[in-house]
Amino acid sequence: MSPHQIILGLQDWISLFGHFLGLSLMSLGGAMSTSAEMHRYLVEQHGWLTQTQFNEAIALAQAAPGPNVLFVALMGWQVGLNAGSHVAAVCGVFVCLVGILFPSTIFTYQVAQWGHRNRQLRGVRAFKQGMAPLVIGMLLSTAWLLASSGGSAGPKLWLLSIASALVIWRTRIHLLWLLGAGAVLGGFGLV
Amino acid sequence: MNMRLPDSNAMQQPAAPRPGPTSLSDLFFSVTILALQGFGGVLAVIQRELVERKRWLTNEEFIEDWAVAQVMPGPNAVNLCMMIGARHFGLAGALTAVAGMITFPLLLVLLLAALHAQYADHPAVAGALRGMAAVSAGLIAATAARLAVALFKSPVPLAWGVAIAVASFVLLAWVRVPLAVVLVALGGLGCVLAWRGLRS
Repeated sequence: MSPHQIILGLQDWISLFGHFLGLSLMSLGGAMSTSAEMHRYLVEQHGWLTQTQFNEAIALAQAAPGPNVLFVALMGWQVGLNAGSHVAAVCGVFVCLVGILFPSTIFTYQVAQWGHRNRQLRGVRAFKQGMAPLVIGMLLSTAWLLASSGGSAGPKLWLLSIASALVIWRTRIHLLWLLGAGAVLGGFGLV
Repeated sequence: MNMRLPDSNAMQQPAAPRPGPTSLSDLFFSVTILALQGFGGVLAVIQRELVERKRWLTNEEFIEDWAVAQVMPGPNAVNLCMMIGARHFGLAGALTAVAGMITFPLLLVLLLAALHAQYADHPAVAGALRGMAAVSAGLIAATAARLAVALFKSPVPLAWGVAIAVASFVLLAWVRVPLAVVLVALGGLGCVLAWRGLRS
């Protein structure tokens, strides 16, 4: 099926799993921050993915709903397909996704529980409340980058972004209505 | 509760019982539904669904949990939902929330990958994705506007809070400084100011 054929032995699967386990604890700010290292390992060092497959995994996961970390699952899926079967592809999804999520989730769980037990400590409260201005700045920058992405964001798309921001800010309307409206407007080429 | 603390936040004792997930399956499907609405930013959907609509947590609690989720390794949205699940149901809640965040979005993204080759170049599909991304951008900006209220209640002086928010926007969106640098520099500044504000 796949134009890019590879052979994966048990050792390779273990190595792949170990690699993502290691990346997990380094993925500060999200798994995307380690994507350069994934590229080095999967594309350059082992050749398990082609450059195009790597790029498509990231682009698809960002276009789809859900957490962006799913690009890791798509990479695992594609590595498995390259190895020749859909069974291998399912294995690839589990190996990569469990690897990238397991250590960070355990670690965060422990720290969050500790922080919750000690939430009255001045240091804990200062940390949590001191981050609020940064949170707001980060959300604004994410909105800006998303609205101006693609390079082809015309005035109509900006208008749609601003209109939805105002509606969402001032009302309690369910998001799916607005997402649906955005899909229809975009699908018919109106924005 | 520690009565020496002057901050109203810490002493907040809601009269009515707080709304929360009624069961693990309620938690699972609530998280699934919000994950499926997140195009390019699940965090903003969490604020919308769990703070504004379901009221499982307040704006201030959302920001505080978000701060922890952000500086920990791992995907922020997964970390945040995991913490909310753990708050209500312990370890079982944490695992349920992570499963809710991943399961259906994973199936969907695999389906999309299968369809991708055939339809990716279709102009209507590309247009629909563009339209949804524009709405998502609006959602995220609106979330920032709603959270900005928290600056008035913060131990960080208002002028400093606004300055940090504006500076982080400029550095991240226009100058494109790496997130880690901004996180340490401006997040650290915010924490120091909050530390000082909590003393008085």
